[in-house]
Amino acid sequence: MPNLNDILILLPELYLVVAACLLLLLDAFMKAEQRPLLHWLSIAVLLVGVYLVVEGQPSQAVTAFNGMFVRDGVAEILKVFALVSTALVFVYAKPYLIDRKLFLGEFYTLTIFAVIGIMVLVSAGNLITVYLGLELLTLSSYALVALNRDSRLSSEAAIKYFVLGALASGMLLYGMSMVYGATGTLSLAQLHGAALQTTMPHLLVFGLIFMIVGIGFKLGAAPFHMWIPDVYQGSPTAVTIFIGSAPKLAAFGMAYRLLDSGLGELSQHWQLMLACLAVLSLAIGNLVAIVQTNLKRLLAYSTISHMGYLLLGLVNAGPEGYAAALFYAISYALMGTAAFGIILALARAGFECEEIDDLKGLNQRSPWAAFLMMLVMFSLAGVPPLFGFFAKLLVLQAAVHAGFMWLAIVGAVFAIIGLYYYLRVVKVMYFDKPVEGTEIRLQSDVSVRLVLSLNVLALLVLGLSWGPLFGWCQRVFVG
Amino acid sequence: MIDTSVFQLVCFYAFAAVTVAAALGVITLRNTVHAVLSLVLTFFSTACIWLLAEAEFLAIALIVVYVGAVMVLFLFVVMMLDIKQENVREGFIKYLPVGIVVALVMLGEMLALIGVRSMHQAVMGADPAAAAGMSNTEWLGHALYTQFLLPFEIAALILTVGVVAAVVLTLRQRTGVRHQQAAQQVRVNARDRVRVVKMAAEVPAAPLSAPGKETTP
Repeated sequence: MPNLNDILILLPELYLVVAACLLLLLDAFMKAEQRPLLHWLSIAVLLVGVYLVVEGQPSQAVTAFNGMFVRDGVAEILKVFALVSTALVFVYAKPYLIDRKLFLGEFYTLTIFAVIGIMVLVSAGNLITVYLGLELLTLSSYALVALNRDSRLSSEAAIKYFVLGALASGMLLYGMSMVYGATGTLSLAQLHGAALQTTMPHLLVFGLIFMIVGIGFKLGAAPFHMWIPDVYQGSPTAVTIFIGSAPKLAAFGMAYRLLDSGLGELSQHWQLMLACLAVLSLAIGNLVAIVQTNLKRLLAYSTISHMGYLLLGLVNAGPEGYAAALFYAISYALMGTAAFGIILALARAGFECEEIDDLKGLNQRSPWAAFLMMLVMFSLAGVPPLFGFFAKLLVLQAAVHAGFMWLAIVGAVFAIIGLYYYLRVVKVMYFDKPVEGTEIRLQSDVSVRLVLSLNVLALLVLGLSWGPLFGWCQRVFVG
Repeated sequence: MIDTSVFQLVCFYAFAAVTVAAALGVITLRNTVHAVLSLVLTFFSTACIWLLAEAEFLAIALIVVYVGAVMVLFLFVVMMLDIKQENVREGFIKYLPVGIVVALVMLGEMLALIGVRSMHQAVMGADPAAAAGMSNTEWLGHALYTQFLLPFEIAALILTVGVVAAVVLTLRQRTGVRHQQAAQQVRVNARDRVRVVKMAAEVPAAPLSAPGKETTP
């Protein structure tokens, strides 16, 4: 039976559930013009969540509810950054949502429910918790993608996302049921020990393959990346920015829980599979991004290549690699929110700022926006001394140390190829002439401008002093 | 006299084969009503396998909830999709053979199950519920509210998200719709409806000009 201790371990999640339900009720009884209050309350709810996660963090890993839930350092760092990046999403999304008459309370509550799903997923100690956390996250995401229900593109994206997501969940469940059949346990901790003693090693590896397919879908790694471009392009940008940030942290958490906590003893099997996924993602992501003209699609393919780099870290299958991959996931979450945040801040009613050509001559119209976008693009490309450079460096290093020299070389080559399309955006902003008769400027909302500037400058600051954050990433995997 | 364990094994394989065949039918049959009937058979055969494993509660729940309610609803929706009045009776005859086949397979499965049950033997290993001296349903309830309490509550949360999503995606608040307001209709007096006005009788004025050239005021 659960006792008080279990409840205390789960306090941040329980608090968020209660807060989300209260926000839902508040929204139902609130007039439309009072909704900005809901916006600020939601941000406050997330920030208090960060406080509860950090404040109540036990010194050692603890489990609750019969090992269903694990609260350790990995979960803590992932939760902190998931909550922070979601708070950033809320700040950037407000003017966009108001302009498009999508400023609904449900946007906030569904996003918070998705964050609860992320928190459950990264803390999972059992295959059932992994699955349920994932479903909570993805179901909320499907609804968010379809939020703009009068747009055909948005509905199409939602249907594609739903069908492929359901397929991926099915694959994951097949994998889990086979692993359960081979070992007789659902608990990840027991699975770790039972994996080597099973009498049915082939069934276990078969299950592992299915689980990797599921993980690949959720990460958006090639060849399971088909949904990413359409969903990124089709959903309202305010939703794209969420899907492109915090769920990536969740996908890393899921991969870590399943592959290391659960099937870490089988690492010689999954290392090569992940290496294949990584090479394909790097190739498809970087090469297809070159021909894109839509900024959101370009960033979608860029996501696929970034997930390839994240997999390079996981391929290491040791504390060093996990730390590098975690660092990469965090850097991508911050870069993704910044990149889509700028698109959101440049969009206004009737103008999405989706095409790369929309950015023509941005430097003459709004030099600060162009400068911010340039920093983000350089960081995504991995130009020193920005955050993205060190993240890439660390995962490449992890791959080399694991004996995957060829993989690191592939990664480096594709980083150079990728530089082209990021630089193209910078070229369009700085060297092309603005189109006559168009107007493009940053949103006048002070909070958006301030937080966006801070977010982008954080990429520079974290690039210059990445030591403390990486030290935190390393510590959680050592203890 | 057949060996009981062999009979159970045969039953298991038969149920499994029917499940797989019916599931294939769901995705290959071109006629949607046949596909739905095939899905009914899939669920029913799965329930039979669960009964073999002595998971009675799950099996009955599957039949009551999915076969009994969800699938019948599906069938209604599929049949209503393009309805033509004269085709209804014809459709009944057309779908009857498939329905009878599905029903016969179900009957066979039930008879096989009764056969297994009459042999009184544990089927798939030791049953933890029986070891604890509880019924299957009681055991399931205990497991759900103790060991699996957290997943159970997360599943409840997922249902909440489903409700919120369904409302936000389908509710349309239309403005300018005219509703009847029953309370006001009941409260109305005859005085509010009819006003008797007294006025002097009017003498019709003589037409000023020829018809067709009238100037309206």
